[in-house]
Amino acid sequence: MDVSLKMDEPVAESLLDTTNQNIVSQPVDRVEGPLKVSGTARYSAEYKFPGLLHGVLVSAPMGKGRILKIDAGSIEKLPGIVTVITDYDTFLRNPAQGQDEEAPEQGVRDVSYFGQPVALVVGESFEAARHGAQRIALDMRPDEGRFDFAARKHMAEPKKRSRKAQGDLDAALAAAHATIDAIWTTPSQTSAAMEPHAGIAVWEDNKLTLYGSYQMLASDRLQLADALGLKPEQVRIVARYVGGGFGGKLGISAESVAAAVAAMRLNRPVRVVMTRQQVTEATVRRSNTEQRIRLGADAEGRLTAVAHETITANLDRSSFSEPASASTQFLYGGQARLFLNSIVRMDQLLSASMRAPGEAVGMLALECAMDELAETLGMDPVALRLRNIPARHPMDGLPFSSRSLAECLEIGARDFGWSDRDPRPAQRREGDWWIGVGMAAAARSNMLIKSSARVMLAPDGTAVVETDLTDIGTGSYTILAQITAELLGLPVSSVEVRLGDTDFPPSSGSGGSFGAASAGSSVYLACESLRQEIAEKLGIAPKDLVLTEGMARHGNVSRPLHEILSGPLTAIGTIEPGEMEEKFVQAGFGAHFCEVGVNAHSGEVRVRRMESTFAAGRILNEKTATSQCLGGMVFGIGAALTEDLMHDPRNGAIVNHDLAEYHVPVNADIPALKVRFLEERDEKANPLFAKGIGELGISGAGAAVANAIYNACGVRVRDYPITLDKLIEKLPPA
Amino acid sequence: MRPFEYHRAGSVADATTHAASGAARFIAGGTNLLDLMKLDIERPERLIDISRLPLDAIEENEDGGLRIGALVSNADLAADLRVRRDHGVLSRALLSGASGQLRNKATTAGNLLQRTRCYYFYNPALPCNKREPGSGCSAIGGRNRIHAILGGSAQCIATHPSDMAVAMMALSAEVEVMSAGGEGRRLPLAELYRLPGDTPHIETVLNPGDLITAVLLPAPLKGRHIYRKVRDRASYAFALVSVAAVIKMDGATIGAARLAFGGLAPMPWRDRAVEDVLIGQSPSSALWNKAADRLLAEAKGYGENDFKSVLVRKTLASVLSDASVREI
Repeated sequence: MDVSLKMDEPVAESLLDTTNQNIVSQPVDRVEGPLKVSGTARYSAEYKFPGLLHGVLVSAPMGKGRILKIDAGSIEKLPGIVTVITDYDTFLRNPAQGQDEEAPEQGVRDVSYFGQPVALVVGESFEAARHGAQRIALDMRPDEGRFDFAARKHMAEPKKRSRKAQGDLDAALAAAHATIDAIWTTPSQTSAAMEPHAGIAVWEDNKLTLYGSYQMLASDRLQLADALGLKPEQVRIVARYVGGGFGGKLGISAESVAAAVAAMRLNRPVRVVMTRQQVTEATVRRSNTEQRIRLGADAEGRLTAVAHETITANLDRSSFSEPASASTQFLYGGQARLFLNSIVRMDQLLSASMRAPGEAVGMLALECAMDELAETLGMDPVALRLRNIPARHPMDGLPFSSRSLAECLEIGARDFGWSDRDPRPAQRREGDWWIGVGMAAAARSNMLIKSSARVMLAPDGTAVVETDLTDIGTGSYTILAQITAELLGLPVSSVEVRLGDTDFPPSSGSGGSFGAASAGSSVYLACESLRQEIAEKLGIAPKDLVLTEGMARHGNVSRPLHEILSGPLTAIGTIEPGEMEEKFVQAGFGAHFCEVGVNAHSGEVRVRRMESTFAAGRILNEKTATSQCLGGMVFGIGAALTEDLMHDPRNGAIVNHDLAEYHVPVNADIPALKVRFLEERDEKANPLFAKGIGELGISGAGAAVANAIYNACGVRVRDYPITLDKLIEKLPPA
Repeated sequence: MRPFEYHRAGSVADATTHAASGAARFIAGGTNLLDLMKLDIERPERLIDISRLPLDAIEENEDGGLRIGALVSNADLAADLRVRRDHGVLSRALLSGASGQLRNKATTAGNLLQRTRCYYFYNPALPCNKREPGSGCSAIGGRNRIHAILGGSAQCIATHPSDMAVAMMALSAEVEVMSAGGEGRRLPLAELYRLPGDTPHIETVLNPGDLITAVLLPAPLKGRHIYRKVRDRASYAFALVSVAAVIKMDGATIGAARLAFGGLAPMPWRDRAVEDVLIGQSPSSALWNKAADRLLAEAKGYGENDFKSVLVRKTLASVLSDASVREI
């Protein structure tokens, strides 16, 4: 029986607390792990089709201009070239934002950013097509572009509805015992997922199948259909495995539309794989930001004023603006408040969501401002944060659904040995290295998105789960198998999870840390419905039913499923957000503690130790959740120390458009990291009592690094990343 | 990738003969060349595969030095017991470069001849005099944090990316070259490279068909061997600045000094005048500063790379302090 639940009320009791199978929460190995390490997990560009053609996008070699002519004749004679596909109206100007239900802006005759894909060269091999794409003659009229953020930021315009204000900020700041007023800047960043944007389009019987590398298939399908003028029913997207997304694959991008146009015209399957340079130049970036933070506190360290104003950049007509103050709005108290986002219009690639949009860079500013305030007040930074945890949301007065921030701060500080620190900077020296410690809080909003899943239970004690959720490397396959196994009393190995196909019931997709809780809840509901059906067949109350080891038990009677079921049982479960998200502030929380070394001569920074404590409701799989947090912390270290997508202000080009020069941390940059989870249940969030975990680890992580750098060497750098050139002239005498 | 002819060389003479005409490139490890071909930056019409030639031995010379075959991999060279024992600066430089996988594949001669990592050289959509002579230098006036402060010209400020070559410069290595006409010659590594001047696309004195067959290291240098590489991340990043130093103390004064620098110039940089500042002097911060003054006398920053002057000054001081501790 199909069932749905709208989260209008807290869930009184979760079956996960009563079934006692001891499967959920356990550190179960990834169920698809053996396929991945043996190279047999098939990623989208790896499907084989007879007659498959290879397309490579043509990148515009300038940042602003108009295409006068694309001369296909210039390359037609090159070996292996099949044709050149141009469609000035259909090709995407830029990728879609996640969850949009229509195509993003289309049309490529006008070039809006350097590297914008303008055509597709189709060849018999990838090599031939790439060669053609590099050599095709483009006749373009260059136009004056807007490439220099520093020169244009005074033209920033407030984003609609982003302004939130309360109280008299100026008066509160004037009356404060201690204030901070400073500007932090963060550079553009790229997700740098290992798998590039890639797909194969197959056009058959008036239907398009895209084997794509995307995160949110239900909305991607709507975007793709709209872009191509097809009905949604004519489009199917398959993405069984996705080699990382981090927000870069939320919405459709140029390669899928180009592949589809080519496949429809040529009546042959067409594969398009972006080069690394194209992924960097022509998918999405996290916008650079300039953030002004003002804090005011009384003599006891109670915040009286909090202001967080952010300038971001984006293309014309793109409304997304990195919501850097997202967690500032609820993390700490203070009566007078101001939050505002402004957008500078730039001719640079689309700004969109990258892992923890908002918190990831907002907390780089906020949590350093808090560190500076603690120093001004002569307070311990942990104590300052503990003092300012608000009873309720400081503006709308809503209570928190669950919040273990204080526990994370206290337990994290204890485990790290925080009390041993010397708060004075540049006091600890080991050989050539100044050593310091720093901390920051973590907070990331929790979301629930409408999501459906089908669960089929067969009499032989096996189950199949189907939903269009993607596993972008996070562990979705595994946790859905665990939830099903737990609730149906089966071993994990008896559950087959099928993901990443729009033929399956639509899910939340993977994004915003909501995939596990949303899709997991839909699986939960379907399993709960199956349990009810079994109980009905047995004539007992569902609460008296025990499912374990493929047997149904009640009282002292135990029967195998095949005796009870004449055929497979199927149920679709659907979860929907409801009043719980309007009545409660929902977020995951944590605390990062970090130790760094700063080379006294060169200014090189090396993280020596990082320990983070998180609480995010029920942890569904301790191993995959830990991996999520570790990955987030590594992202945070990258944001603090190395990652900087560099634009050339003269022409808009991204100069470091490959992984040699866009520096994500490498193994040698990452010491032993420690993750600890605190027990927590959130009955307002969803029936799993779980909250999102994918973005909590990055939130605040880089600020802990920055604060540790200050403690090590006494230099505050507010311009990320903190590379050695920003430290070297200010270091204390070696 | 442009179509190219492939020829597997059966001998050194076969290799040089085939390379003498047309746009030919030797290929061994291919760790840099193949990337550049995929990007349509290197456009050879013919690849001469020398990877099967018998040039992969490390032999001891009569003078106590080593003859390193052109095809010895970076990994093997770094791990060679004689290199580790007698030429520590070289082993350390090699291990600071690239990654384990690349060092397994990359060869000695290929490492010497790798191309710059200038952002603009790698982007065919933008001007670069090294890639497209006469098109202009995008780094000057552009993003030049990683660029040269010494030896550059108004046409090019790209740096040479090798770590290995920096150590070899400090060791006064020579290269052995075979020409297409079958004539062998030896030249100091310092004379292999050309500064960009008005022809930044010409990086060495090699003629078409010339094949580096070996690198010759002179007899071991006594003293402390240090290679300090300063970079943006702990591995898999090119040097912002690197210092190769071999310092031999003579009692309380510096008896012998060899210094070479990476990340500063279009070639591995050695300035004997800097070494002369040190020889016969007692270690002191003032002396280190004097050496840096000498090194940087002609230095020119281009904005984002201005910090390299301070960075190399401080790094040199710390290296010299470590290297000049009196032997006990």
